Amino acid sequence: MSAEVILEVKDLAKSFGGVRAVDGVSFSLRRNELMGVIGPNGSGKTTLVNLLSGFVKPDTGRVVYQGRNITGWAPYRIAELGIARTFQMAKPFYQLPAFKNLVVPLISPRVKRLAGGAYGDRDAVAKDLLEEVGFERDSWVISKQASVLPHGYLKRLELARCLALRPDVLVLDELFSGLSLAEVASLVPVIEKLMVQGKTIVMVEHRLKELFRIADRVIVLNFGQKIAEGEPEAVMVQDDVRKAYLGSEVED
Amino acid sequence: MAAVATNPTAPSPARQRKERLDRGIKVRSEDIYALNSWRELAYLLAPRVLPVVLVLLLGFGAPLYWQRVLLSTMVFGLLAISWDLLAQAGMVCLGQALFFGVGAYIAGILNHYFGITPFVTIPLGALGGGLVCTLLLLPVLRLRGIYFAMVTLILPLMIERIIEATKIFGGTEGISGLTPLPHHGLELFLIMAAFWVALFGFRRMMTSDYGLVLKGINDNDRAVMSAGLNIYRYKAQILFMAGTTGAFAGAFMTHAYQFVGMPVFALDYSILPIASAAVGGLGTLAGPALGAFILVPLSELLRGFGGLRIVIYAVLLVVFTVGLPEGVFHFLRRKYTQFERWAEVSK
Repeated sequence: MSAEVILEVKDLAKSFGGVRAVDGVSFSLRRNELMGVIGPNGSGKTTLVNLLSGFVKPDTGRVVYQGRNITGWAPYRIAELGIARTFQMAKPFYQLPAFKNLVVPLISPRVKRLAGGAYGDRDAVAKDLLEEVGFERDSWVISKQASVLPHGYLKRLELARCLALRPDVLVLDELFSGLSLAEVASLVPVIEKLMVQGKTIVMVEHRLKELFRIADRVIVLNFGQKIAEGEPEAVMVQDDVRKAYLGSEVED
Repeated sequence: MAAVATNPTAPSPARQRKERLDRGIKVRSEDIYALNSWRELAYLLAPRVLPVVLVLLLGFGAPLYWQRVLLSTMVFGLLAISWDLLAQAGMVCLGQALFFGVGAYIAGILNHYFGITPFVTIPLGALGGGLVCTLLLLPVLRLRGIYFAMVTLILPLMIERIIEATKIFGGTEGISGLTPLPHHGLELFLIMAAFWVALFGFRRMMTSDYGLVLKGINDNDRAVMSAGLNIYRYKAQILFMAGTTGAFAGAFMTHAYQFVGMPVFALDYSILPIASAAVGGLGTLAGPALGAFILVPLSELLRGFGGLRIVIYAVLLVVFTVGLPEGVFHFLRRKYTQFERWAEVSK
């Protein structure tokens, strides 16, 4: 793993009314690293994702991407730089067929720039991407209207839409939630393949077992604050982490 | 797209269900067809060419009174198209009167105070109206749904009061005695051309990649943003297109009536396009346009009923929306593109 820091987050804080959703979180993300973000419900994980992707503007703190201060940038400008995200609630473009969902990111300025104008047949590229995340090619599913797709496919579609942007950094917000064990098991190799391709990934997850198998490093949030950071196994034996997850009354 | 409604009047014997099959010619996707014969070509062209021909015949064959009705029908049709265009990009607008009124006043002012010919004031009114409306609504583009709708509802009413209070541009009297278009036939031809260009042009646009993004904004604007596209730029462009379409209708009407006044900002111009869309069928552009072709002549036919006119009109509106909730256009299209038959339900 190279040591080059690609994304640096410093003292990031955001309050909604009286609630400090994210409270002074700092971390740095190295290139081609898979960082897990875990924490109990309401600990600020999704707000952190929204802060990173520009959907929420921080009250204080900075986000620096490849030496550029992108704090408070609009979502589309951050996406243009190559930070793509998925949404926890998988919401497709309901009216469009599954593969046409990917054409929206495929016609973005970023993809046009990277592909140098000629990007082949966009529909074909979209179908390739869907196959990559586990859609069966040549099945009816690929051209079915997205509003009738089952949940498992919507999550994959969400990931494919993110990949279509040709991102350098992926921020995946609970990609595994609501998926069956078999579905998760089939997505893990997809993530591993992305790591081989040199992507950098931030994964917000509740499915710790699967996450720990692929994560290089984990940070733990509780009430908006980072309470632990380190290798997955090392983090989970810390007292405050166990308290946050299992409740304060639990004693060994 | 609206869910396919089952026909409540059809007999539904036990163990039978209605089966719908696409006719052979319509192949998988919306814009790819396999044409093998003249018959198939005719099948595709008929729903596109026939209305154009029919309206032409109707327009130039009907008595003068009904020619005028057709004229205002197409003006409302343009407003309905403009409404549906915005709706398809996720902007619910309650103020088509704003577009209509601004276009009407720009054309009227240019003609009255500067003596410019209608052939220049109408395009200028359309483009200028589109520009003014876009600039007026630019600050509220971030609002969604009902909040955007409220602002668009209030703006035309506000402008109406401003004109009344400041007595500019003729105040409550309006500006009359404007130059008419040189010939009735030309007038009719002009509005027909504009109507069909807008209808077919925008329908074409909605099937392109650009239209794909607009549909995406309607479904999930956050996902479009996270795909690296600036949705506000798209929304502003659509606002300009819809505004120009509505303003053209206004500018045209100014010269057709040779008058422009406060009534151009009236609620009618905002409500009727929405009613047309509800009757005709949302999200197709052709549906709302068809709705205008039903509602405007209907309202004229009912003139004989005097005071009861509005009541009957309202009842008919309810009948349409309850009887065909999917919209007339969706209903007709389904009948045209699909077979229906009763099939045995296998156990």
